[in-house]
Amino acid sequence: MDGIIHNNKKPTDALKIKQKYKKQSQLKEIWFRLKKNKTSVLGLIIILIIISLAIASGFIYDYDEDVINQNISERLQSPSLDHPFGTDELGRDILARIIYGSRTSLSIGFTTVVISLISGGILGAISGFYGGRIDNVIMRIMDIFLAIPGTLFAITIVAALGTSTINLMIALSISGVPRFARIVRSSVMTVKDVEFVEAARAIGANNLRIIIQHVIPNSLAPVIVQTTLQVATIILTIAGLSFLGLGVSAPQPEWGAMLSSARAYMREYSYMTLFPGLAIMITILALNLLGDGLRDALDPRLK
Amino acid sequence: MNTKSELILDIKNLKVEYRTDDGVVNAVNGLDLEIEKGQTHGLVGETGAGKTTTALSVLDLIQSPPGIIVDGKIKLEGKNIRGLKDKDMESIRGNDVSMIFQDPMTSLNPVMTIEDQIAEVIEYHESGGYKEAIEKTHEMLTMVGLPPRRGKEYPHQFSGGMKQRVVIAMALACRPKLLIADEPTTALDVTIQAQVLTLMKNLKNQYGTSMLMITHDLGIVAEICDKVSVIYAGHIIEHGDLVDIFDNTRHPYTEGLFNSLPNLQDRKAKLIPIKGLMPDPTDLPTGCPFHPRCDYAMDICTKKYPEKRYRNDQHFVECHLYDSDNIKRGGVIKRG
Repeated sequence: MDGIIHNNKKPTDALKIKQKYKKQSQLKEIWFRLKKNKTSVLGLIIILIIISLAIASGFIYDYDEDVINQNISERLQSPSLDHPFGTDELGRDILARIIYGSRTSLSIGFTTVVISLISGGILGAISGFYGGRIDNVIMRIMDIFLAIPGTLFAITIVAALGTSTINLMIALSISGVPRFARIVRSSVMTVKDVEFVEAARAIGANNLRIIIQHVIPNSLAPVIVQTTLQVATIILTIAGLSFLGLGVSAPQPEWGAMLSSARAYMREYSYMTLFPGLAIMITILALNLLGDGLRDALDPRLK
Repeated sequence: MNTKSELILDIKNLKVEYRTDDGVVNAVNGLDLEIEKGQTHGLVGETGAGKTTTALSVLDLIQSPPGIIVDGKIKLEGKNIRGLKDKDMESIRGNDVSMIFQDPMTSLNPVMTIEDQIAEVIEYHESGGYKEAIEKTHEMLTMVGLPPRRGKEYPHQFSGGMKQRVVIAMALACRPKLLIADEPTTALDVTIQAQVLTLMKNLKNQYGTSMLMITHDLGIVAEICDKVSVIYAGHIIEHGDLVDIFDNTRHPYTEGLFNSLPNLQDRKAKLIPIKGLMPDPTDLPTGCPFHPRCDYAMDICTKKYPEKRYRNDQHFVECHLYDSDNIKRGGVIKRG
């Protein structure tokens, strides 16, 4: 009897596994392929660590006490157990400021990209799908924006509207829009002529449904890649602008601003520039690794 | 014989042009087509003859620009459907008239499960909501011979023949009155072709759907069609039922089509292809468009477009070889 039960059990298990495997969606398949690429998994892990640090920073450090409170008696200390990354010229713990700084960089980085992704995506989808005159008008406007260097554009807007996080985000979002519009447009244009779109029209779907249900999900791959890379670019731009004094205003911690103020002490207290610089570098590197891995995972030709 | 049963589709004098930078492509030139209720109508012709354009214009799906329906009437069950508003047209597509496309590999959305794709059609045209639509989808899947539990899978997990079954299920989900099949078996291998054709034939009979079968394969026509129209350069040049076309071939072009088929009885017989190519649709020949390729061409063929000559109530030919007398006897052309 035991043997029979045993025999009965086996095929059902096998069947379950088989069904489970069969039910995998494209998303799971992409994840499966991404997992094979070790460096991009590393990138993903680093980003997840940075994000969780940014979220948990409120529990680790007290903002008023550790991050912005000046403590002249402890100024310019080298790394020690008390202050693992040392302290700055005003006696503030550099580790605490870097961790809080990740909040600024990541939140501005991601919100900006989401804003430019949505607005650029809508514009690109419209112009790619309808083509003709609409396409021409939208894309020529995008070309005008594209002709202005992103950083320069941000400087102009911040100079005109004043230094604030919101203005910075507006400036960076606008300069990101044409990039996304172009990418979404080109991938929508390749997808919209595929037969299943015609088939969708033949079953009575209207344009809106076709765009949302059939075109956009099939043109996401290059957009996802661009998104990760764009977050990296934005974080760098914020750091650059803060370095020039046009980004986040003091005393709010920001990596670029920290680099800028540490510049004067670089010869004697090099750790002051080293750690914020490392933070920027690691974040950008992780995002780029992830972006590269995603590009490979999403490219069906490399299956 | 003249008690024609109701017409499901009635196309009169359809003219479709593609206006490109290189000139006007005359894809369909005054085409007449009548499909009776419950029948399967074959539309046979070479590549570029205007078969697909005709089908797409019924659903008003011609890419515009450059395509434009210049003239003609399209009636569905007696009601004019040409020039309807987008919204009204959308309620016809997939509901009253649905279409099966040539290549099942590309006519399914790769990022949607197949049951969602079939349910989508039902949701558009019926008010049952998603749950009911999915239930109906499972019924449809069983109908076309696929286990419903596979509905949660994606198109890339199916083979070509199974995908075409999914497409058929999609096309028939709302019980359309007319099914347009645009070379539904061209992309499939021969063993699957037979299966899919049988399936379509059975479902069509079960639902009483009329069908417009577009194909270049005369074997398929013999297999499932009731009536046949031969199309050349956007014109029906010969029309009749199977016996008319297969056994009483009249038009030299139709004859050429038959001669291009391998002969199973005499395997040493050489194929006799029709010489030349389809005429350039931007610059069609004067008179009968087939005359440059026709072995029987006469002087008048280059000058005047031939009129319809009827052999019986339904079988007609547009060719100068025939007058009302000799068309009955035949014998003008010789079969291979």
